[in-house]
Amino acid sequence: MATSMALNEIAVSSASSVASKMSSKPAMKKFVGFHTVALSTKNASFPSVKCAAKVNMAVAVDVSRFENVSMAPPDPILGVSEAFKADTDATKLNLGVGAYRTEDLQPYVLKVVNKAEQLMLERGENKEYLPIEGLAAFNKATAELLLGADNPVIKNGQIATVQGLSGTGSLRLGAAFIARYFPGVKVLISSPTWGNHKNILSDAGVPWSEYRYFDPQTVGLDFKGMIEDIKAAPNGSVILLHGCAHNPTGIDPTPEQWEAIADVLEEKGHMPFFDVAYQGFASGSLDDDASSVRKFASRGFEMFVAQSYSKNLGLYAERIGAINVILPTADLAARVKSQLKRLARPMYSNPPVHGARIVANVVGDSVLFDEWRAEMQMMAGRIKGVRQKLYEALLSKDKSGKDWSFILKQIGMFSFTGLTKSQSDNMTDKWHVYMTKDGRISLAGLNLAKCDYLADAIIDSYYNVK
Amino acid sequence: MASGLVRNGAKRFMSTAAAPASSVPAGARSGWWEAVQPAARDPILGVTEAFLADSDPKKVNVGVGAYRNDEGKPVVLECVRKAEQIIAGKQNMEYLPMGGLVKFNDLSVKLAYGDTAPVLEEKRVAAVQTLSGTGACRLFADFQKRFKPDSRIYIPVPTWANHHNIWRDARVEAHTFRYYKPSTRGLDFEGLMEDLKKAPEGSFVLLHACAHNPTGVDPTADQWKEMSQLFKSNGLFPFFDMAYQGFASGDTVRDAQAIRIFMEDGHQLACAQSFAKNMGLYGQRVGCLSVVCDNSQQAVNVKSQLQQIARPMYSNPPLHGAQIVTTVLSDPELKEQWYKEVKVMADRIIGMREALKSNLEKLGSSLPWKHITEQIGMFCYSGLTEDQVDRLTKEFHIYMTRNGRISMAGVTTGNVEYLANAIHEVTK
Repeated sequence: MATSMALNEIAVSSASSVASKMSSKPAMKKFVGFHTVALSTKNASFPSVKCAAKVNMAVAVDVSRFENVSMAPPDPILGVSEAFKADTDATKLNLGVGAYRTEDLQPYVLKVVNKAEQLMLERGENKEYLPIEGLAAFNKATAELLLGADNPVIKNGQIATVQGLSGTGSLRLGAAFIARYFPGVKVLISSPTWGNHKNILSDAGVPWSEYRYFDPQTVGLDFKGMIEDIKAAPNGSVILLHGCAHNPTGIDPTPEQWEAIADVLEEKGHMPFFDVAYQGFASGSLDDDASSVRKFASRGFEMFVAQSYSKNLGLYAERIGAINVILPTADLAARVKSQLKRLARPMYSNPPVHGARIVANVVGDSVLFDEWRAEMQMMAGRIKGVRQKLYEALLSKDKSGKDWSFILKQIGMFSFTGLTKSQSDNMTDKWHVYMTKDGRISLAGLNLAKCDYLADAIIDSYYNVK
Repeated sequence: MASGLVRNGAKRFMSTAAAPASSVPAGARSGWWEAVQPAARDPILGVTEAFLADSDPKKVNVGVGAYRNDEGKPVVLECVRKAEQIIAGKQNMEYLPMGGLVKFNDLSVKLAYGDTAPVLEEKRVAAVQTLSGTGACRLFADFQKRFKPDSRIYIPVPTWANHHNIWRDARVEAHTFRYYKPSTRGLDFEGLMEDLKKAPEGSFVLLHACAHNPTGVDPTADQWKEMSQLFKSNGLFPFFDMAYQGFASGDTVRDAQAIRIFMEDGHQLACAQSFAKNMGLYGQRVGCLSVVCDNSQQAVNVKSQLQQIARPMYSNPPLHGAQIVTTVLSDPELKEQWYKEVKVMADRIIGMREALKSNLEKLGSSLPWKHITEQIGMFCYSGLTEDQVDRLTKEFHIYMTRNGRISMAGVTTGNVEYLANAIHEVTK
């Protein structure tokens, strides 16, 4: 926490000279004017002060306390969409943010969500505060979706579930808990990982370091490096793992590799922290996508699991997710839950109700639930389809023999192309293809019609830019 | 710290269905959770939990500040229902920007500062959509810590309990200033001015714009003006928590007068707004944080930094509630309807204040009760002690926070006599 603060302060102070050059006002002096105004007794009015305020407003307000606040850099992920919107070129393609698009490249609201909202509208439910831990029906549903309703962890009450503000908010609650209750414990995150993981941990005051994950040679998993780095971490660290559809690489460990990872965590007394943002969205199957988490749970791990319904239910804007903690006893689960609530209360008091009700309605109705499964399969299927077409396009255009099969092996919304920053810049500057600078493309933003164009862009960037 | 989980030979606690719920494998890692104690119930939200668990038919909930109609039922405003019908099925669910719905922010700050406020026309206000009032306060507290790490926050005594949690979790050094005077059940203005005069320059001061929570005691316009002068001469930063605009007096302009007074005096203040009460959107978590800046560039800078704080907390705020507010405030008919509905709520509460006071007087209570009608907003700071409150709960199944705060929104023509009687019983 101290380190990140210092960094922020350094950033601010070094930027302040820039800020003052940008400001059109002359440098301000202190508001000496008001010190000369006599303060009468408390019943006097202050007409002269009022005039002074209007005349000397620039001086009267002094310089804002926040004059040295510099412009923050655009968010590397969300900033991409903003840049895309500003681009007027007709060929532009937004492969930036991970939000699903239809074949027509339109946002998609799931039919089951529309139905659930319609039901909610008809019922005319009230808008009362949820409890700090969120909607009970949602919490029950989300834990069961994650582990399976007949999982002993659930039956024995060994899980603390608190509704969170999508994946981000759930991760933040987990991180804040770690900072408070495991002070000094480090969280290891994959290299690379979703950009916001670092911010969440830093702002929560949790030290973090990286474990190797992506192997640029194979455009696949650096399993050896991963295991080495996790082994090298101090005993009792927390290891942040992506449950499925690793973001940004799309590269997941195989079942055998997951077992080996679990072995190392056991050996070192590490605690797993799963980020599950794509359950059902990766393979199309809720159960398959949860297999890594379920495997670790069945091996007896105590662990954190953050969930999000942004992608699999398309509820991006409604901020619905959960932080789960799996524990050895129901008593501990109750205690941990109560402390998670204490962290949530000074952040936002209680979570928003709308998204939680949608999830609870969809999951709670067997017809809607089945429809949801079908829509997830459709979304996952469309992404697999564009992966296939992109792969074929690359193969047909690139005769060098480079292995592009990683496009097919990677899973989920994202593909780590292996493009460098300057190559990614070329994608944007020359081809109007918007992606994040780490070489990540969101296949959810790609359609069959654009695969050829994209293949051209990738090949040009890969071979012609260093 | 933690020892390794013994793998070989250890009986895993989930390997057989027959394993008892509380078994932990021998040699398994322990020590992760020892420090985790059960947290105390939240003093406010815990009251409702206890109320819900009570099966007595006479029970009364005057705990949490959520409006109830005269039948004791939660209310969804008509203008809100209409707004929901209008927006149904029309929007996609794409992420909002980190700073939230831009149109919502614009309408919010107009409501707070006035449609034609100079600072708005000059684009000097940084505004972001937040998770209701709590989220706005927290975002500001984190912003204060990040950019003015050595500054203090001055918090009135008493205040909404969560204010302390917020600034504490933001790691801002907190001090207090006198506010409520028990002997008069009114404002301790002298104490307030004395304490704030001692605050070092550059300190931030938390002010309730109207309908102070929990006391219902607000400064007069003259007192606000005097405070404004003090803030200017002593270089104090005014942070307004405005959770009850419209709800206090029934008039949104009147309820914002403190902010307008400070704005006229040229302060660069910040304001946390909530739409939980005045639009009945409690569970939707809709609010706005605004910061008045030197100029438009600075406002852009400040907004960008607020977004940086929001991103690792929740990425971007929820859509639904903001859409409702935007629809209501941008439609002249719906807005008119809203003004009327807010006045109805405010008037009902004022009526219940009068009823409670007159009932207590009728019962022959020897204690003074005029503060019930002098205080404003949702809450009445009754002056009841903790023991008296506990008796009210135990003997009469009346639920309120232990500081003696009564949520007048929970008082109805159906329960006001019962409530008065119970209060009389424990205070006579």
